[in-house]
Amino acid sequence: MAGYYHAEDLPHFPDIGKHAPELWQKFSEWYGAVFAEGALSEREKCLIALAVAHAVQCPYCIDAYTQACLEKGSNLEQMTEAVHVASAIRGGASLVHGLQMRNAAEKLSM
Amino acid sequence: MSLLSIHHPLASAGEQLRVIDNCASAAKAFDDSLAESGLFPLGATGIQVFQINVGKLCNQTCRHCHVDAGPDRREIMSREVAGMCIDALRRTSIPTVDITGGAPELNPNFRWLVEQSRALGRHVMDRSNLTVLLLPSQADLAGFLAEHRVEVVASLPYFLEQQTDAQRGEGVFAKSIEALRKLNSLGYGQPGSGLTLNLVYNPVGAFLPPAQHAIEADFRRELGRRHGIVFNSLHTIANMPISRFLEFLLRGGNYERYMERLVNAYNPAAAAGVMCRYTISVGWDGVLYDCDFNQMLDLPVDHSAPAHIRDFNPALLDRRRIVTGRHCYGCTAGAGSSCGGQIQGPGTGAVRGYSSV
Repeated sequence: MAGYYHAEDLPHFPDIGKHAPELWQKFSEWYGAVFAEGALSEREKCLIALAVAHAVQCPYCIDAYTQACLEKGSNLEQMTEAVHVASAIRGGASLVHGLQMRNAAEKLSM
Repeated sequence: MSLLSIHHPLASAGEQLRVIDNCASAAKAFDDSLAESGLFPLGATGIQVFQINVGKLCNQTCRHCHVDAGPDRREIMSREVAGMCIDALRRTSIPTVDITGGAPELNPNFRWLVEQSRALGRHVMDRSNLTVLLLPSQADLAGFLAEHRVEVVASLPYFLEQQTDAQRGEGVFAKSIEALRKLNSLGYGQPGSGLTLNLVYNPVGAFLPPAQHAIEADFRRELGRRHGIVFNSLHTIANMPISRFLEFLLRGGNYERYMERLVNAYNPAAAAGVMCRYTISVGWDGVLYDCDFNQMLDLPVDHSAPAHIRDFNPALLDRRRIVTGRHCYGCTAGAGSSCGGQIQGPGTGAVRGYSSV
């Protein structure tokens, strides 16, 4: 295999369903329902997806949801803020574990 | 700079068609998609809109322009052809006259066309780039439009400066806002005035437009909050993969992906409602087309009669077969667009976010 993460692979995402069609069908229906307009707008859901895509560092998702956000009318300022939200939570999640460290250290220390 | 002025190969309609017809990611013929949705052959359903493209002259050179319009273009409709348009209109009861360009207002026959159309009792639409309203030679234009109750359909691709200027040229956003204020001050877009001001959104890049209702709410909120501007409706229009936008797609390596996006987003409901089915489009030289896009690709109407306004035959045109090609996917993707904005509710894909690629 020449490498990982080829952009041209993304349109073949449904191939995942070839050996588990029922699971793919369930996933597709659930996925479609999740992103449908509801209490949150489709645009808001795409911004959340973009932020999560950065948090989980999925290049396919970043590619797809950059385009999807633009197609929902979001602009780069909004999309950049969404990425900062993801980054802040990632950074904060690391930092807040410092409390674990402090608790552990406190228990061990005199 | 227009493609023509730099002698770019894509200034030729034939070259554009060659590129579109050889697109690997749009291998499926548009007519095959129509057939699968029971719409082949696509036929006209009468003529409700008489669209006149009065020429390619424009004071702007927008990066996505499907007309390849600009200040250097000299192809504009003569008074003789404008007269033929009015003669043809007089013989019909087509309710709406849709005047476009270029910047249609720069044609010396524009105001005559408006006056004559209004005298015939027709609703008139002016597809304006807004900045034309600020030209010294057009200082009285806004007043003229209001006096004749002309509906203004104004291009504004986004409610922010950066995106608008990226597509339409530096300083265009600020001028557009000034022009919108001028129109608002005359009553355009104001409740109860009867003066209609509609805005047109089109994507600033190689992606499809959002749902009309969603982005309209953003435009209304942001233009109101930031600039105190009001308008009636927002129309969302996809960029057609022809002319300057085609050049942009090819240059940026986005062409195949964009075409694939259009084909995958084919929406039968949008196809059934495309504007060409109820429009006749007249070129600056009087040649008849199904739509402004076919006009730019030199694809005249096919109705078993001479395709010129001097031979206008509404009975044959009413039931003509629409001339189609792979570029037509641009009007049938997602919620659809044509020249009149979104057609139907958005189509659905199983995994929509990922299918957008």
